[in-house]
Amino acid sequence: MTPEREAFSRANDARLKGSRSTTVNILLSASSISKSFGDIHALHNVSFDLHPGEVHALVGENGAGKSTLIRIMSGAEQPDAGTLTVAGRAVPRMTPALAHTLGIAAIYQQPSLFPHLSVAENLALTLEAGSVWRRVRWDVRRRRALALLEAAGAAIDPARLASTLSMPEQQMVEIAKAVGADAKIVIMDEPTASLMDEEVARLFSVIARLRAQGAGIVYISHRLEEVFAVSDRITVLRDGETVATRATASIDRSELIQTMVGRALTEVYPKRPVAPGDVALELRHLSNRALGIHDVSLSVRRGEVLGVAGLVGSGRTELAETLFGLVPSDGGEILLRGTPVRIDSPAQAIRLGLGYVPEDRRQHGVVLEMPIASNASLASLGAVSSRGLIDRAAERRSAEGHVQRLRIKTPSVTAEVGSLSGGNQQKVALARWLSTEPDVLILDEPTQGVDVGAKAEIHALIQELAERGLAIIMISSELPEVLGMSDRVAVMHAGTLSGVLSRAEATQDRILALALAPKPVARAFQARDRRP
Amino acid sequence: MAKSHRREASVASAIAALALVLAIAAPGYFSAENLSDVFLANLPVLLIAVGMTLVIVTGEIDISVGSTFAVCGVVAGILAKAGVPSVLACAAACLLGASAGSLNGALVAYVGIPSIVVTLAAMTAWRDGLRWATEGAWVQDLPRSFQWFGLTQAEFPFVAAVVAATLTAAFAWGLRHVAAGRAVYATGSNIDAARLAGLDTAAVKWLVFTILGALTGLAAVLNAVRFNQIPSNAGIGLEMKVIAAVVVGGASVAGGTGHVLGTVLGVVLLAAIGPALTFLGVSAYWERAIQGVIILVAIAADGLRHPVYRRVVGVVAGARA
Repeated sequence: MTPEREAFSRANDARLKGSRSTTVNILLSASSISKSFGDIHALHNVSFDLHPGEVHALVGENGAGKSTLIRIMSGAEQPDAGTLTVAGRAVPRMTPALAHTLGIAAIYQQPSLFPHLSVAENLALTLEAGSVWRRVRWDVRRRRALALLEAAGAAIDPARLASTLSMPEQQMVEIAKAVGADAKIVIMDEPTASLMDEEVARLFSVIARLRAQGAGIVYISHRLEEVFAVSDRITVLRDGETVATRATASIDRSELIQTMVGRALTEVYPKRPVAPGDVALELRHLSNRALGIHDVSLSVRRGEVLGVAGLVGSGRTELAETLFGLVPSDGGEILLRGTPVRIDSPAQAIRLGLGYVPEDRRQHGVVLEMPIASNASLASLGAVSSRGLIDRAAERRSAEGHVQRLRIKTPSVTAEVGSLSGGNQQKVALARWLSTEPDVLILDEPTQGVDVGAKAEIHALIQELAERGLAIIMISSELPEVLGMSDRVAVMHAGTLSGVLSRAEATQDRILALALAPKPVARAFQARDRRP
Repeated sequence: MAKSHRREASVASAIAALALVLAIAAPGYFSAENLSDVFLANLPVLLIAVGMTLVIVTGEIDISVGSTFAVCGVVAGILAKAGVPSVLACAAACLLGASAGSLNGALVAYVGIPSIVVTLAAMTAWRDGLRWATEGAWVQDLPRSFQWFGLTQAEFPFVAAVVAATLTAAFAWGLRHVAAGRAVYATGSNIDAARLAGLDTAAVKWLVFTILGALTGLAAVLNAVRFNQIPSNAGIGLEMKVIAAVVVGGASVAGGTGHVLGTVLGVVLLAAIGPALTFLGVSAYWERAIQGVIILVAIAADGLRHPVYRRVVGVVAGARA
């Protein structure tokens, strides 16, 4: 417990003096929560509490553990250690149903409405009590929905199907749900991510009303302006640990950013400067309306590692998908070695000398049921076959070469990729692109969910590839990795570049400041208006 | 790999057990005559099941093969009656089957309609179209040159066996050794990863439906030449028998796994059950029920493999959240 937090608790206790039990006046407290997923420690000894009538903001970088913590508080996950206390009573096993009974409502970043049901039915599903055989009174249901939507500040017809609602409208329905549940504890995970300015204002007035009624609100947002505007206290999570809980009034923006990143660069990266060669890939005002990418201009040279940083949802992966032709661009130019090209499909991207190791390797990267050898040759079947016939011996030899070179731990190249550890699966995904010998390699979160040893090996491989003259675009949420491996860092925000920093300029604070660039919505609008 | 071999081993031992029971209870079953009959009766199932294996490995399904089978048989018969040489009539039936399959495939791969919907529609359309065109009449008075392809009744089974064995072996080998075969497995296992590896997954799906159609056309002709008339209601329920054989042979309806060898064993097992029941004196009405139980057991075994996989995926998804 930090001194500030102790002081705050003391002050609060003093304020609430007179009631018999002081613990009752903490709406929700999570103490010493730990949670691991496999080898990854998502939360370690995290404590968090929520008072009635306060907005408590939870901030931290991608992967700091915010989402896991709220999933534990709302019963979606069980902690490995630690206790949850709601209104003074310990809750040994929180479940979503129990959370609902205890007056905890969670509004997630991605609304979870039933698309084929109407708004009124969606609200009724969580709010109406009674037996499943009760008679449904549609008029009552409709009136109630109208009242709740109005309280949430939304003008939505309750008869509309949820699938016809826009993202912000869905978000408003979720808020109406929380209002209707008469929730004492409302958890909001990036509630404004898809809202426009005036909707944000409406949301804030709903929050103010909930707070006035004595509810406690856990507010998660990457938009620091909002955090300062709406919260009473701020808890900062970093690498799964609570680093500070401060009264909002006692901290300013730059101090908060420092607290969020505040980690020394302890890992050693195998980065050696490579004399950059010709420009391998250049983007000029690249846009992709379908994926929300607009006006991206950047270039990457042979031998260069271009780091791409940005928060989740800032368009990093979407930029990679545009480049690789998964969803072709609809504006701007792509130049490869100075020649304008059109990339409409991954097959074409591969022919033009691009390679892409996607973010979610199990979903998109490897074929789990296939052996290592077949996975490694999947993008370069032509190289191991003659006239359409696969030369299995050649394929095997090539795979064995990759296994040796990348130190993939496996008994044999005929082992199914699904049987390997995460790090080794990722190496197989990389091996596939070493076989195609690309000029430009796009890596999306190359070390996510990979153990420390494999991570260092992947970093060494990235360096080696750069030295061999590949242009590498490395998307990563891990700032130390971005800083440690990149020659330059491009920072994305709301679907476009918010800045490019040289290796000398790049610091965690500067990257984060660019990633959190204020007024994203307005900026996106301007960019859209400028387009002919 | 190991798990699919395990499935093949258990199907093979089921066949062996069945053969043993028959050898003791009804040795007549193994007469050359009876075996030849069983083979010819199940030849269409085998050929179509080989094609169906490809379709199921890509994660799709085709329930229109029974109707396509009937249409192709009738068309081949009409052409033969009109004086077209048997070989050309056979080629025309294959072409017609391939066209029907390629239409299914195009709707699935390029329009994005679920294969069960597309082929359900095709199944009804072909079947009722045929009924309307023939008014239920069978094709009769087939020319002599069409029956048994102009061969003798003794020669035909050998020729058919050579054709079936060649095609089956070609597909079994091709799936393993041809680059396109690899693309079939990749598409069925993880279509996103396959696309990202530069494979044209839509073309793969279109092609497997087309191949299945062509094989269905061939199967229809090889079946039609055995009789002196061609029924316009042939192949009813054939799709179920075919899909059952493929699934019993170890292919997962979720796509990505399955082998031609497994399918062959599945065809043999299902083919042996019917006559075995007759020889054992059990009412033939039980045949379908017993087939149903076998399919259920095969699919349940399939389901048992999956929860482990799902658990792993669940943990990973949780870690990412």
